[in-house]
Amino acid sequence: MMPPAATRLSRPELVPDDAIVEIRGISKTYGADVEALRDIDLDLPRGKLTSLLGPSGCGKTTLLKIVAGLVKPTAGTIRVDGRIVDGPGPERAFVFQDFALMPWATVMRNTAFGLELRGMARAKREEIAKRYIAEVGLSGFENKYPHELSGGMRQRVGLARALAVDAEVLLLDEPFSAVDEQNRRKFQEDLIRLRTVQKKTFIFVTHSIEEAVYLSDRIVLLSPRPGRISGIIEPNIDRTGNPDEIRRDRRYLDAVEEIWQGLREYVD
Amino acid sequence: MHVDIPREATGLVPLAGQRRKAAARPFDRPLFWRLLSIAVFVLIWEIAGRVPVSYAFPTFSATAVAFFEMMVSGELPKAYLSTLQPLVLGLVLSTVLGIGLGILCGLWRPGEFMAIPIFVVLQAAPVAAFIPLVTFVYGIGLAAKTLAVMLLALPVIVLNSYKAVRNVNASLLDMSRSFLGNRRPSIVKIMLPDASPVILAGLRLGVAAGFVGVVLAELLITPTGIGDLITYHRSRADYAEMYATIASIIALSTVTLIALQWAEVRFLRPEKRSGA
Ligand SMILES: Nc1ncnc2c1ncn2[C@@H]1O[C@H](COP(=O)(O)OP(=O)(O)OP(=O)(O)O)[C@@H](O)[C@H]1O
Ligand SMILES: [Mg+2]
Repeated sequence: MMPPAATRLSRPELVPDDAIVEIRGISKTYGADVEALRDIDLDLPRGKLTSLLGPSGCGKTTLLKIVAGLVKPTAGTIRVDGRIVDGPGPERAFVFQDFALMPWATVMRNTAFGLELRGMARAKREEIAKRYIAEVGLSGFENKYPHELSGGMRQRVGLARALAVDAEVLLLDEPFSAVDEQNRRKFQEDLIRLRTVQKKTFIFVTHSIEEAVYLSDRIVLLSPRPGRISGIIEPNIDRTGNPDEIRRDRRYLDAVEEIWQGLREYVD
Repeated sequence: MHVDIPREATGLVPLAGQRRKAAARPFDRPLFWRLLSIAVFVLIWEIAGRVPVSYAFPTFSATAVAFFEMMVSGELPKAYLSTLQPLVLGLVLSTVLGIGLGILCGLWRPGEFMAIPIFVVLQAAPVAAFIPLVTFVYGIGLAAKTLAVMLLALPVIVLNSYKAVRNVNASLLDMSRSFLGNRRPSIVKIMLPDASPVILAGLRLGVAAGFVGVVLAELLITPTGIGDLITYHRSRADYAEMYATIASIIALSTVTLIALQWAEVRFLRPEKRSGA
């Protein structure tokens, strides 16, 4: 039985307002027979936060890594700012699900690592990194090593590292999945605050409906493997109020319910 | 257990605080246990020597006395002067060649296919059996003994370095690539530091094997240095001297391994220095 909301969900032709990332006909098959993604067409609007939401194993990470240029698609093209993606580029930065911090390097060096790889002089890159370490709330931890930090703090380093290279598009792969619930909420709120300062495009992978609705301007629903777009919704939530108000907001609750109804058929 | 638990440790004190407090007590110091373990070992040795378990088994005290006499007479230093030559030469060559070759095989497929099987066989083979063969080809001089050290040390160093490079954290490599790291910086800044603990574990095994190699060479090829001392004192039934020689080479090997470990933490993995 199709829930009434699903008809609305399956209409991806929303106005393509200034897309910064254009995904065209992307398919990915691992090896001979693991079809992870099938024919994905998607535009990601500039300056917005778009979530990719879908069940485990549906190809969210794969899609994000294809956009990042870390994984080659089997078919299709990605354009960022009109240019075809053929590998990683300076206009994109990745935040990893498992943090991907160098255990032998301090918070400072980890944060500045993107700049280090670009050959920036040490004094200059550390000055920039210091600013972003402060931005994510880790001032005073510059000389700590990752194992001395909590999961939430480690991911803040991952975020600071991505912000420090000043990329236009931030790709976040379930950044909070290895973080406990309290820190997760705090982090989500910080991300909302950060977005008002940093005018960047965020592409955010998650499998939490609440998290997607709470954070996103646009949510792309993916079907189970092989991943296809099963719907797009825009929650239109006013995020100026305090977090608890947002979570009690009518539109927030409706959006959560709508997505849940849309995904329900896959769970049964 | 009747350990005195401080009052606040029973309440809601953060774990880190508890640990730091506990570390102040002698029982929780690793050094205390290590010294205790050595003391117990020495005690058992002394008792076993006094029983005696065998007429050929000297007490610890007799061995210690023999050791100092041999040091003073210059017998032991002279023996080490000759043993250390093939040992140091063989270990330096094995380290440089072994790590280099292992890393190369990890990065370069054809190298892997050509070299790794040889070292797998060498590691599995009872290499000591080749040592007489080495004498045929390289004679009985420094070259033969150096080669004996390398025969034992090289395979484990190569194989560990190879494995270390092969099992580098893929997510860190992705990270480096996504932040525009090319192959070279990815190798230098990510792969090598990440692989270094496994490479160094191989190096420690290799150094230990190299000690075995040099003693074997000196027992099997021509008696020189330490091997000569052991053979000579055994033939004269000077068991205290014989044991002093054996114990000294074991001690030297152990100290070398500890120094390696210290150097690793000191220079390669700064995060382990804080001792957490
Ligand atoms: N390198 C790979 N080789 C082979 N199969 C892979 C590889 N990476 C992913 N897959 C498979 O492709 C499918 C999609 O994987 P992907 O990691 O993109 O899913 P996901 O949506 O991110 O899942 P999760 O929510 O668990 O992170 C899975 O079935 C996975 O097993
Ligand atoms: Mg994933």
